[in-house]
Amino acid sequence: MAESHVPARSAGASPERPSRRGLPAAVRENGTLVAFAALVLFNAIVTPNFLALQTLYVNLSQVAPIAIVAIGMTLVIASGGIDLSVGSTMALAGAVAPYVFLSGFGVEHPGAGVALGIACALAAGLACGAFNGWLVNAFRIQPIVATLVLFIAGRGLAQVLTNGQLQTFDNAAFEYIGTGRPFGVPFQALLAIALGVVVAWTVRRTVLGRQLLAVGGNERAARLSGVAVNRVRLAAYAAAGILAAIAGLVVSAINSASDANQAGLLMELDAIAAAVVGGASLAGGRAPVIGALIGAAIIQLVSYTLLANGVHDAVALIVKGAIIVVAVRAQLGGGE
Amino acid sequence: MNRATAAGPAAEPVPAGRVDGDLRTRGVWIALGLVVLFASLRYDNFLGAYNIQTFLGYNSMFVLIALGMAFVIMTGGIDLSVGSVVALASVTAAYASPHGIEVALPLGVLAGVGVGALNAWLVCRLRIVPFIATLATMLGARGLALTVADNQSVDVDWGSNFTALGLQKAFGVVPWPVVITAAVFLLAWLALERLAFGRRVLAVGGNAEAARLMGIPVARTVASVYVISGALAGLAGVFLASGYGAGQPLEGLGWELSAIASVVVGGTLLTGGLGSIPATLAGALLLGLVFNVLNFENGLGVVSLSAYWQSVVRGGFLLLVIVLQSRALRRVRG
Repeated sequence: MAESHVPARSAGASPERPSRRGLPAAVRENGTLVAFAALVLFNAIVTPNFLALQTLYVNLSQVAPIAIVAIGMTLVIASGGIDLSVGSTMALAGAVAPYVFLSGFGVEHPGAGVALGIACALAAGLACGAFNGWLVNAFRIQPIVATLVLFIAGRGLAQVLTNGQLQTFDNAAFEYIGTGRPFGVPFQALLAIALGVVVAWTVRRTVLGRQLLAVGGNERAARLSGVAVNRVRLAAYAAAGILAAIAGLVVSAINSASDANQAGLLMELDAIAAAVVGGASLAGGRAPVIGALIGAAIIQLVSYTLLANGVHDAVALIVKGAIIVVAVRAQLGGGE
Repeated sequence: MNRATAAGPAAEPVPAGRVDGDLRTRGVWIALGLVVLFASLRYDNFLGAYNIQTFLGYNSMFVLIALGMAFVIMTGGIDLSVGSVVALASVTAAYASPHGIEVALPLGVLAGVGVGALNAWLVCRLRIVPFIATLATMLGARGLALTVADNQSVDVDWGSNFTALGLQKAFGVVPWPVVITAAVFLLAWLALERLAFGRRVLAVGGNAEAARLMGIPVARTVASVYVISGALAGLAGVFLASGYGAGQPLEGLGWELSAIASVVVGGTLLTGGLGSIPATLAGALLLGLVFNVLNFENGLGVVSLSAYWQSVVRGGFLLLVIVLQSRALRRVRG
C-alpha cells in the first residue's frame, strides 16, 4: 500500500478539479456521452431488436422515475449534501395521491379528486424536502444523517397511510402520468426530459442556480459574498423532495397501484449513482443536470443490455457497482 | 466517560475539552438507562431471561456492524457495504456449513474481509470518496450474494455443528454470538483507547495531512478500518446464517444505515477524529431497544401500534437524539 496516497477527501484542499491527464481531451470532457454512445452502438450490433421503437419506449418508461429523482439528487449533491430519503418520499407521495382520489370527495368529483391528489402528493414531497433542508440548516446536522430520519420514518408514514396494503385503483386520468403516450412517446419520459431541461436552465441561467453552485463550491465564500446560504440549500432539498414526489406519482400510475412497501426502494442509490455517473461531484459545486439524465440512461441501458442478453439479474448489480467506480475514477483523471 | 480524541494537532473544528465529549456520550447512556428502567417497570417479562437472551442474541449482529462502522467513521469515512456483506457472508457460511463451524466461520469472515479489502483499495489506491466506493461495493456484494445463492435462501446443514453457534448458549445461559460480540467489543475498546492503532485512527480522522506529516501511515490505517468493518460484518453474517438456519442473500437491506445511526447516536461525529466505542455499543442497544419496547407495548394491548408505526417512531427517535446532540454540541462550542 503506497503510503503517499492520502484518501481523496483529505487531499481535496483546493476546490479546483484535479489535474487531468491520459485520455484525449474530447473523450475526457464528454466521457459520459461517449460511454452512452458506446453502449448504444454495442446494443445495436449485439442485442436483437434493440433498434425497434418498442425497445426504446420500454427503456424510456423504465428509466424516467430514476431520471426524475436523479435531477433532484444532482441539485442536493451540488449544494454539498446528499438525500437518502427520496425513495421514502416517493412511497409517501405515491400513496397520498390515491388516498385522496379514492376518498369520498375524490369519488364524487373525479376531476377535482385527481387534481387535488396530485397537489397533495407534491405538497408531501415539498414538505419532506423542506424538512430535510431545515434539519441541515437549523441544526448543522450532516445531510446523510438528517435525511436518514425521513428515510426511516417516511416509508413508515406511507405504510401507515395504506396500512401496508397494496392500494389498487382504476383511474384513467391519473394513470395517464404513467401510461400516457402523446405522439406515441411515453408521457413520463417527456416529463423527465422537460423537468431536466427546466432545471438545467435554472441552474445555468438564473441567480438561484449560480448561488447553488457557489454554496456547494465554497460555502464560506458564498456567505461572505452575500448569498443567503440557508435559503439556497433549503431550495435544493425542497426541489429534490418535489421531484421525488413526481417520480412516486409516475410509479404509482404505471402500476395502477400504490405500494408503500416497495415503491422507491433503493431509489436513493440509483439516483446517486446516476448523478455521479453523470458527472456530479460529492464535494459539491457542480450540477450536471443533463448529465444526470444521461447517467440514469446509462445505468438503465446496462441493466437492459445484460437482461436482453440473458445475463442473471443479480449480475447487473455487480456491473452497476463497477460502472460507478469506473465513472468516478475517470472523473478523477486517469493519469494518477 | 469514555471518549477518545486525536492527541495531535487537529485543524478540523473539533471541539476541545472533556465536557463536550461527556455531554455527547453521556446522553446515550442516560437514555439507555431510562428506557430500561421504564420498560422493566412497565412490562413483566422485560427483564426475563428469554427476552434478554433473544434481544442480545439478535442485536449482537447490529453491535458488530456498528463497531466496525465506528472505526470507519472515526477516520472520516463511511462504509455502506456492510449490509450486503452480511448477506454475502451468510450465504458463504451456509454453503460451507456441512464442513462445520470451524470452516464456515472463517470463510464467512473471509468473505467480509474480501469486500473490506476491495473498499480499502478503492478508497486508498483509487482515491474514490468512501461514500461512492462503498456504494459500489454495496451493489456488487449484494449482486454476488444473489448470484451465488441463485436468488434463494441457502439452507444450512443441520447435521453439522454449524447451527450450534447461533442456537446454543455458553454455560446454558449466554448465547454464543453475545459472548463473541462482547469479546470483540472489549478488543475494539482496548484498541481505540490503549493501542497505537486507535491513536492513529483518530489522528487520521482529525486531520489526515497532519497525521501524514507526523509519520503516521495514513493509507495503511485507513485501509485497515475498512478491512475490520468488512470482517465484523462478515462475522455478523455468520451469526445470521447460524442462528436463523439459512444463508439469506436478501437480508441486511438498510443495515448499514442502522449502523450509522447507532454510531451517530453514540456521539461519534461523522467528520471523524472523535469517537467512543462504549457509546457506540449503547447507541446500537438503544436503537434495538426501541423496537423491543414497542413490541412489548403492543403485547400489553393498550395502544396497538402496527409494525409500520414502529418505523415512524424509530425515525422520530433518531431525530430527537441528533437534534439534542447538535444542541449540546453547540452549547459547548458557544
